Amino acid sequence: MTSVVYSENEDRHATPEDYLSGGWSIRSWLLTVDHKRIAWLYAVSITLFFFFGSAAALLMRLELITPAGDLLSPESYNRLFSLHGIVMVWFFLIPSIPATLGNFLLPMMVGARDMAFPKLNLLSWYVYTLGGIFTIAAVIAGGVDTGWTFYTPYSTLFSNSAVLAAAVGVFIVGFSSILTGLNFVVTTHTMRAPGMTWGRLPLFVWANYATALIMVLATPVLTVTLLLIGLERTLGIGIFDPALGGDPLLFQHLFWFYSHPAVYIMILPAMGVVSEIIACFSRNPIFGYTGMVLSIMAIALFGFIVWGHHMFVSGQSLYAGILFSFFTFLVAVPSAIKTLNWTATLFRGRISFDAPMIYALSFLELFTVGGLTGIFLAALALDVHLHDTYFVTAHFHYIMVGGAVTAYMGGLHFWWPKLTGRMYSRGWATTAALALLIGLNLTFYPQFLLGYAGMPRRYHSYPDDFSILQVLSTLGAGVLALGYLLPLIYLSWSLRRGEKAGPNPWDAQGLEWQTPSPPPVHNFRETPEVNEGPYAYK
Amino acid sequence: MPTSNSGRSGESRPEVQFDDMEQQRHAGLLGMWVFLLTELLLFGAIFASFAILRVRHGAVFAEAAGHLDLSLAAVNTALLLSSGLTMALAELSAGARLRRATIGWLQATMALGALFLAIKGFEWYSEFRHQLMPVLGLPFHYSSALAAPGEQPVAAVAELFFNLYFIATGLHAVHMLVGLGILAVMLALARRWRRPDRIDRQLRIAGLYWAFIDVVWIFIFTCFYLLRA
Repeated sequence: MTSVVYSENEDRHATPEDYLSGGWSIRSWLLTVDHKRIAWLYAVSITLFFFFGSAAALLMRLELITPAGDLLSPESYNRLFSLHGIVMVWFFLIPSIPATLGNFLLPMMVGARDMAFPKLNLLSWYVYTLGGIFTIAAVIAGGVDTGWTFYTPYSTLFSNSAVLAAAVGVFIVGFSSILTGLNFVVTTHTMRAPGMTWGRLPLFVWANYATALIMVLATPVLTVTLLLIGLERTLGIGIFDPALGGDPLLFQHLFWFYSHPAVYIMILPAMGVVSEIIACFSRNPIFGYTGMVLSIMAIALFGFIVWGHHMFVSGQSLYAGILFSFFTFLVAVPSAIKTLNWTATLFRGRISFDAPMIYALSFLELFTVGGLTGIFLAALALDVHLHDTYFVTAHFHYIMVGGAVTAYMGGLHFWWPKLTGRMYSRGWATTAALALLIGLNLTFYPQFLLGYAGMPRRYHSYPDDFSILQVLSTLGAGVLALGYLLPLIYLSWSLRRGEKAGPNPWDAQGLEWQTPSPPPVHNFRETPEVNEGPYAYK
Repeated sequence: MPTSNSGRSGESRPEVQFDDMEQQRHAGLLGMWVFLLTELLLFGAIFASFAILRVRHGAVFAEAAGHLDLSLAAVNTALLLSSGLTMALAELSAGARLRRATIGWLQATMALGALFLAIKGFEWYSEFRHQLMPVLGLPFHYSSALAAPGEQPVAAVAELFFNLYFIATGLHAVHMLVGLGILAVMLALARRWRRPDRIDRQLRIAGLYWAFIDVVWIFIFTCFYLLRA
């Protein structure tokens, strides 16, 4: 790639120091508008929420070691799984890759100095934090027991828990997604460096762009829905209340109109990460770039017309069910194209098994299992048997934890040298990646069997026959915990002690690797000029 | 953030992340379009809910709509559409660098918007007086000539209609207030008239938002007022 020097504006951009050397005062972090520092603000916040939500999960798994409900009361168990869901979905998974890696990398990958709206970017983090405070307040106020889905009429008419505080927290955090999405869309459209055409964008950018569109289009529907829940609970407006001619099912339609696309908010950026890693560690260009881009956009589009598959047994019309089932099967097509293209990228590649690659290959396995079991659930008749069982729990954990979290960890390990300028211990990273793969399968595979055998989700006690599988699952959760705690330790250690990584330790392609690690304040010393496509590996 | 706008020549320099003013202008406009997409889905969820319930309770909703003041709403529609025109003229004036015309058209737009809100407030007040405001535990009395078509009493379904009406018009009024706030800032900037190119650019972004509020009102007017018995 060739470069051009700025002309008249050079004095404004010439910053020799990297973005971290600008100071460590609280002010320099809390008032920063640098997308790279904001990415760190998000990274720290979502890590806190992640361990918070994980603690809730661990308590549930401990309860489930024995068939009897002996550790927790049923009420506490309900509050724990609700908390786990709310925290993990809205305070970890939705912002995870976009708000951290996306925030850090998207401007760099398109060759820009920052996001289009740096102040909105900072605002989004403050909004996120405010939403988080309300959610924590809901926990202190005794927790919420509706599940993360806030289904009516229970949430509006009956539940005595802190529904309102939790709903306000989620309502607020939605605006932070909208702001992030808005910034991504505008940045991708208007901030690309000379020569960075749409056909030369890395797939990570495409994936985050598609995600941003979903954030912008789906989140406001959740906002209104939660507003209506709040009004229903406080004023009794009747929109979800049959006594006034309202309809509780209307809530489910509105909720899933957001919450199904939200699944793609979680998985699309993960697919972006995996594309970058697999290309780099097999030293091959991505197989079928155009097909990959079209698949990303198709998944984003189909995501909006499949929400009814959450409602096959809730009384929606059979014809709606058939349509939603058909569209859901359609999602499998672009997903399969992506999986096959990743596999084809590996073909005749010079594959090396560094930690990021182990995460990426784990993603392939876990996403395939999660995706294929999704096809079971898309089948109308089979869903009647599997609905609300552990099979569903296992399926979406394979996608969300196996897919989204694994890719997040992979991305973190891949770009860590760029983020910090330091390299972590490769041995420990490999150990942690393997612990994640083993732990995930051990935790969630038994849950497929449990669900198929008829164990319903959200119960704190169960018949003795399910005992072995439940114990295996809890055992897996322990291994999984190791896979999350280890990186916390060795990555923190590497911040000070890790060896210097240099600008491009993986010998990777992409604009972000052409600038020093950690990058300068405005990302590039000279505005890059792009004259070839991504993934120019030989 | 250290924006390096120098006012000497009256022309702005772009913010640090942009290469030139054209890029900054494009990003600002696109940002507002994307934001309006969000707003569209926000109101869309309410209109979709209304449509479903309107179909389900056709007769009761149609009769309840008859209790709304169509003539006041028609006046309001005329006011808001006129404000769309004055706003467009304000944008054109700023584009032509005409300070006094910009200020004048902005003031006209704000006056029309404020009048709209005043009439809307009066309408709400008269609904409150007729005990048609079922919020905050206020009394709701509704008598109907209809026989209950479904399981619910007619008055209960009418209450649902009025609740939806207050949510939709209330949310619209909040947007009007935000719009008036934006216009107030733009008016202050136009009075000072430093960097007219920036005023021109920002006014076009504000104009998009104002036009959107207009469009939403037209849908509210149609759904709630015109679909009557």
